[in-house]
Amino acid sequence: MAVVCAFAVGAIVVLIIGDSPLQVYGLLLGSALSWPDGIGYTLFFATPLIFTGLAVAVALRGGLLNIGAEGQLYVAAFATAWVGITFAGLPSILLVPLCCLAAVVAGAAWAAIPGVLKARFGSHEVINTIMLNFVAIALVGYLTQYDYRVAGDPIMETATIGESAHIARLGRFIPGLPERIPLNVAFLLALVASWAVYVLLWKTKWGYEIRATGQNPAAAEYGGISIRRQIVVTMAISGALAGMVGINEVLGYRYRYYDGFSDSYGFTGIAVALLGRNHPAGVLLAALLFAVLQRGGVPVDAFTQLVSKDIVQILQALVILFVAAEAMFRSRRKVTAGRGQGEEGTRQQAPVAGQQASVGKI
Amino acid sequence: MKLELRNVTKRFGAVLANDHLNITIDSGTIHAIVGENGAGKSTAMRIAYGFYTADSGDILLNDEVRDIRAPRDAIALGIGMVHQHFMLVRPMTVAENIVLGAEPGSAVALDLRKAAAAIRRLSEEFRLTVDPDAIVETLSVGQQQRVELLKALYRRAELLILDEPTAVLTPQEVEEFFSILRRMRSQGKTVVIITHKLSEVLAISDRVTVMRDGRVVGNVNTRETNAAELARLMVGREVLLRVAKSPASPGRDVLTVRNLSVQRVQRVSFDVRAGEIVGIAGVEGNGQTELIEALAGLVPESQVTGTISFDGCDLRAVDARRRREIGIAHVPEDRHRRGLLLEFSLAENAILGVHYRAPAASGAGAILLDQKAIDRRADLVIREFDVRPPNPALPARALSGGNQQKLIIGREFELPPVLLLISQPTRGVDIGAIEFIHRKIIAMRDAGCAVLLVSAELEEVTALADRLLVLHDGRIAGEVDPSLATAEEIGLLMTGGRH
Repeated sequence: MAVVCAFAVGAIVVLIIGDSPLQVYGLLLGSALSWPDGIGYTLFFATPLIFTGLAVAVALRGGLLNIGAEGQLYVAAFATAWVGITFAGLPSILLVPLCCLAAVVAGAAWAAIPGVLKARFGSHEVINTIMLNFVAIALVGYLTQYDYRVAGDPIMETATIGESAHIARLGRFIPGLPERIPLNVAFLLALVASWAVYVLLWKTKWGYEIRATGQNPAAAEYGGISIRRQIVVTMAISGALAGMVGINEVLGYRYRYYDGFSDSYGFTGIAVALLGRNHPAGVLLAALLFAVLQRGGVPVDAFTQLVSKDIVQILQALVILFVAAEAMFRSRRKVTAGRGQGEEGTRQQAPVAGQQASVGKI
Repeated sequence: MKLELRNVTKRFGAVLANDHLNITIDSGTIHAIVGENGAGKSTAMRIAYGFYTADSGDILLNDEVRDIRAPRDAIALGIGMVHQHFMLVRPMTVAENIVLGAEPGSAVALDLRKAAAAIRRLSEEFRLTVDPDAIVETLSVGQQQRVELLKALYRRAELLILDEPTAVLTPQEVEEFFSILRRMRSQGKTVVIITHKLSEVLAISDRVTVMRDGRVVGNVNTRETNAAELARLMVGREVLLRVAKSPASPGRDVLTVRNLSVQRVQRVSFDVRAGEIVGIAGVEGNGQTELIEALAGLVPESQVTGTISFDGCDLRAVDARRRREIGIAHVPEDRHRRGLLLEFSLAENAILGVHYRAPAASGAGAILLDQKAIDRRADLVIREFDVRPPNPALPARALSGGNQQKLIIGREFELPPVLLLISQPTRGVDIGAIEFIHRKIIAMRDAGCAVLLVSAELEEVTALADRLLVLHDGRIAGEVDPSLATAEEIGLLMTGGRH
């Protein structure tokens, strides 16, 4: 619904600028869904967004707003590259899992910091995750610049990782998909991660505890769940998911740490989780939508007279706005209908809508 | 002022909250509106106050049809309403609160002296003694209620609607409150009181309207009725207002508390034995919450001093999860804050606290939730405790207060408990369900469970408890035999009048 509205308003914008919405949308979808380049790149772009979307969704289910996925994925990507460089001599069968582990552990550890701060001192995770983004980006930038940059290389990037740390591009397995397209095994990992998050949240006692804590911490505590522990664990899981972006980036795409590689994946992840209603299946679809927009923006820029690829950002912003508005309408309805009956219902709902609205603004 | 609702109908979605209501409230009377939760009594009065607008039907004031679309219309016409939860700005003075929204003086300057004089005049007239310069949050609940009444009178209300006004008062305060209402009546004011406490209806009102399922099922003169008849009208069947119980046969000490201090609670000592119900009476906020939460393991260990032992074992370092494992069940006083995950299904709520172990969690390391076992447990709770509607997939929010409470009680009773900590078991619960819950608590006692019962309802603790402790200001002010003590005696202890 939000998506339809966003495209409708986007069409009006295009008309005002003076181009044909049909042409713009045709170009956008046509290029994003063409075979093999369109689909290949769309799925490749979707991969990091699935990870960060899942990261934010898990945290939100646990009652935490993780705005630090961006910093977590930077730290994780650097750690992945570091392992890939340092242990370059190891065989694939050891090095790839080790690199993946580094990504997951680094992301989890970075996210656990604001978790511990909240559990221990009650400081708000939103502030701390935002601040840690700056710290993370500066830290990996510094390390790249002064310790891991190859002498003479004008680009802010590390040396390459060992060959044996590379993971396969999907082009190797799929006929017709050239290997130059960087879509790689990490995309399959993203699918598995979505399924795993679903199982974790709804089929295990740990997920029950995450969701219970997110829904009503006082009741969770009453049920014998340690809230402090939950905060740290949930943040760590969230950070681990964000950290997997490093696998896609380093092991499957550039084979090195490239400074500033993230196209705001961590922040877009918030929008992806929001649009996907914090459900893994929704996150998957939302990440695909955002990837379509991203991929489709390129030809829009090139082949239209007036519209630039900023239309993509306008569409993304509109989608987020409409999702936030939808959440607000939903809670408004509950307020009017619920007055006579369970007034507590609206009280529960309202902060969620407020949270989502504020997410939309970011 | 005479108020009449004529054929008033109000619908919330699929729920018919008011179905062709006809209620007449005569000028200069105290009129009670009684009914179970969801009977539509508050809705009806909120329509009269302009908080809701009726889908159809008329509101007549002094036999004239009036268009009341918002509370300000109602206030302008002389209707005042005091809500169950006070709408006061706590850091402000009494006078500031009373004039809020109707400030005297010019457009910019606020003339509080004039206001204070007007307030003094009003409080003398109705003998509602409150200091206009006092800060609201320093006042007792009873005094805050007087501020609410003054607020309405200051706005020249001729008809006052009071929603569950006695819920927060001690027996003494209730008596005082009633004499204020009588004085108002003698000054020609009209009072509507929404309540579910039948004893109060009989004590104060002139006429009673009984509602059930959104309809008026009876309009009677108070003098010509009695509690049993009103209860039957409210519920639609015969109801036992006081559940029969046999004398207790207490066994060993299950819970031993010595010199327990936690936050407001100071040096409290008592025992609860197997097979007895120990009641704790007291005005809310005198340490009941802290006491029960400390016993349930919900207060950080560092804040607790003194000893709590359970079957001879020290509970000090035992966390909430472990306490439930050894048989300490807890029905919390606030079911929305503590007791339920409102967005979760009934089935998921039915395993809260035991969700991490068999049968709810199974497989290697008990990680995976066993949906079948969870459903079985939910079905058991729903069946044994008559939770309606009996659909384990519904979110807990969809249930009425009484059914939510039955779900929590069922979950805790299925533990099964050795010691049951149960707070405000029937708060906001319908008469029919109250009877059911009382029976279950007594059955639990008869099965040998030690029960510690906290309730703000004096009638409830005296009816159920075998021994009654009265808590005042964090201390035990006295122990009485509930079958012998009078409400006055207990009330005196509750206010710290005697040691």
